[in-house]
Amino acid sequence: MATKFVIEGLKAEIEGKEILKGINLEMNGGEIHAIMGPNGTGKSTLASALMGHPKYEVTEGTATLNGEDLLEMGVDERALAGLFLAMQYPSEIAGVTNSDFLRSAINARRGEGNEISLIKFIRQMEGSMKGLEMNPEFMHRYLNEGFSGGEKKRNEILQMMMLDPKVVILDEIDSGLDIDALRIVAAGVNQMRSEDRGFLIITHYQRLLNYITPDFVHVMMQGRIVKSGGPELAARLEQDGYDWIKEELGITDETVGQEQEA
Amino acid sequence: MAKQAPISDEYQYGFRDEHKSIYQSGKGLTKEIVTSISKMKNEPEWMLEFRLKAFEQFEKMPMPTWGGDLSELDFNDIQYYVKPSEGQSKTWEEVPSEIKETFNKLGIPEAEQKFLAGVSAQYESEVVYHNMQKELEDQGVIFMDTDTALREHPEILREHFAKVIPPSDNKFAALNSAVWSGGSFIYVPKGVKCEVPLQAYFRINSENMGQFERTLIIADEGSFVHYVEGCTAPVYGTNSLHSAVVEIIVKKDARVRYTTIQNWSSNIYNLVTKRAVAEENANMEWVDGNIGSKLTMKYPAVVLKGRGAKGSVLSIAVAGKDQHQHAGAKMIHLAPDTTSTIISKSISKHGGKVTYQGLASFGRKATGAKSNIKCDTLILDNQSTSDTIPYNEILNDDVTLEHEATVSKVSEDQLFYLMSRGLSENEATQMIVMGFIEPFTKELPMEYAVEMNRLIKFEMEGSIG
Repeated sequence: MATKFVIEGLKAEIEGKEILKGINLEMNGGEIHAIMGPNGTGKSTLASALMGHPKYEVTEGTATLNGEDLLEMGVDERALAGLFLAMQYPSEIAGVTNSDFLRSAINARRGEGNEISLIKFIRQMEGSMKGLEMNPEFMHRYLNEGFSGGEKKRNEILQMMMLDPKVVILDEIDSGLDIDALRIVAAGVNQMRSEDRGFLIITHYQRLLNYITPDFVHVMMQGRIVKSGGPELAARLEQDGYDWIKEELGITDETVGQEQEA
Repeated sequence: MAKQAPISDEYQYGFRDEHKSIYQSGKGLTKEIVTSISKMKNEPEWMLEFRLKAFEQFEKMPMPTWGGDLSELDFNDIQYYVKPSEGQSKTWEEVPSEIKETFNKLGIPEAEQKFLAGVSAQYESEVVYHNMQKELEDQGVIFMDTDTALREHPEILREHFAKVIPPSDNKFAALNSAVWSGGSFIYVPKGVKCEVPLQAYFRINSENMGQFERTLIIADEGSFVHYVEGCTAPVYGTNSLHSAVVEIIVKKDARVRYTTIQNWSSNIYNLVTKRAVAEENANMEWVDGNIGSKLTMKYPAVVLKGRGAKGSVLSIAVAGKDQHQHAGAKMIHLAPDTTSTIISKSISKHGGKVTYQGLASFGRKATGAKSNIKCDTLILDNQSTSDTIPYNEILNDDVTLEHEATVSKVSEDQLFYLMSRGLSENEATQMIVMGFIEPFTKELPMEYAVEMNRLIKFEMEGSIG
């Protein structure tokens, strides 16, 4: 199935301050795109705005998934349309077990009368957790409560695996991960690669891309994509940092909306 | 006053049946009515005297000026005694059909078959149905309505009646003492452990009705019992009053758990006095769920009288539009090494108001006593409010008291997170609310936990907006 995710001229602001200044990106099923860039250039804002966080107001542009206008949809509708955001700072929900939460999320997709059987769900969850080397007790732990940074990230990947989305945005999934966890998370992502799924990986380190090879690499500065290329671009960034791009483009301050890391 | 009551679509037990009671006292309260209640019940002379004395006290005592707003409560507009039928049924078939239908709708007979050791169902002023498993009866457990206990076990009843909560305790305890009817009497003999819960169900059907049940539980040394009560009433335009007195005596090494799920309609004043005395190494647990009512004022208490006694109150209160839950707990530490825990969870929405008022008291002899109090409030919108009013009295230097209070709102980020996984705003809010009260629901018997979750979901429907 041909998944097609298109962002055109996307502008977004927070509290009246424009952070995204016109983003264009086209991604097909089977592709992995990496968005790189220093802190404060609008990468995470792009992720949150696409998912529909109420803090961000989209002022211009479109984002469509298989022709459907995501920006017209509520957050939950975007999720049901196939968008998934693995968050940088997942919320903690006390009193709600990981498994109850995930089962509700799966059933929200399947609809009333077609709920997943408990046995099937548990098998699926146990299987996915095993792949991510998660302790089975995390099934019954409260959602993200008291999880370490790395455990939260694994839990995000677990959700991604169980919810089977069409477009996955990974927002700094590598931050706070030690090398083993990074390897496991990357393996989880690679396992989910398929012809009808696209990945948008937001990171400011190249190291995640040693484990997940992107097809396209985009560099963000000042709320725009300022340079795009293939995997070799990531390798150059690893070697030389971002300064050469700034020089090339005559940028002195690459950040946008300074005081707010968005 | 509006006679034609609107049927609320928010309260699912708001239906009423057309059952005709065989006796109604009429509105208002006089010495004559108190006397006639006693005569009609063929009570011994001491009980009549007790009632009349309590009635005098009730008349003398002023309305409480603290707590919730009682200004609309008109004692002359309440019926104090309504007798629904002649006698009590042992089998479900004998219960009058309208009443049976009501309890059927509330799921009572089904619950009994599934998981209860005994059931008592009170309709208006009297218990209309009562049954208990034979095994418990054979072990000497007494579980009956308090009126029957007064006839069949007069000595043990008289020995303990009104000893924990005397009529002079407060105006509503005095009122209950004057006009009490029904309620449960439980005696668990030494060393007997009731593995399955005993349950009572209280239903108010008439308009302007006062329900004044009187419950007395005595757990003898080393015994255990879990008692569960549930309450509902129809929705009327005018007010009804529920004013119970619950006294519990937990003897040495015994344990009592008392679970309440009150789901009153929004026209009920729910003014209840609940207190337990815990003797040496005894353990008293109040699990108290308050949903609905117009105003609830209720502070389950444990008097920790013997060394090493334990007391706990685990409560939730949900207040919606025009509702005030003024609830809390009292822990009175009178002996060394006594411990108490209070966990209070409150939710307010649609302009509802929740107040926690509690007391932790340590007497001179309470050396080494410990109390841990935690009050959490979740506020669902900007119209709703919450208050926490803790009182401490400490007469001993060697005690530990911890108090923690949090007030939170359903956060934007939490909602975003859950919705980004495909849950609707309503589902996401429900999930956060259920998570918030999970420490309470996990303590309920399974069937009640399911019912509780269903109730909360129902309460939260349309909470957004």
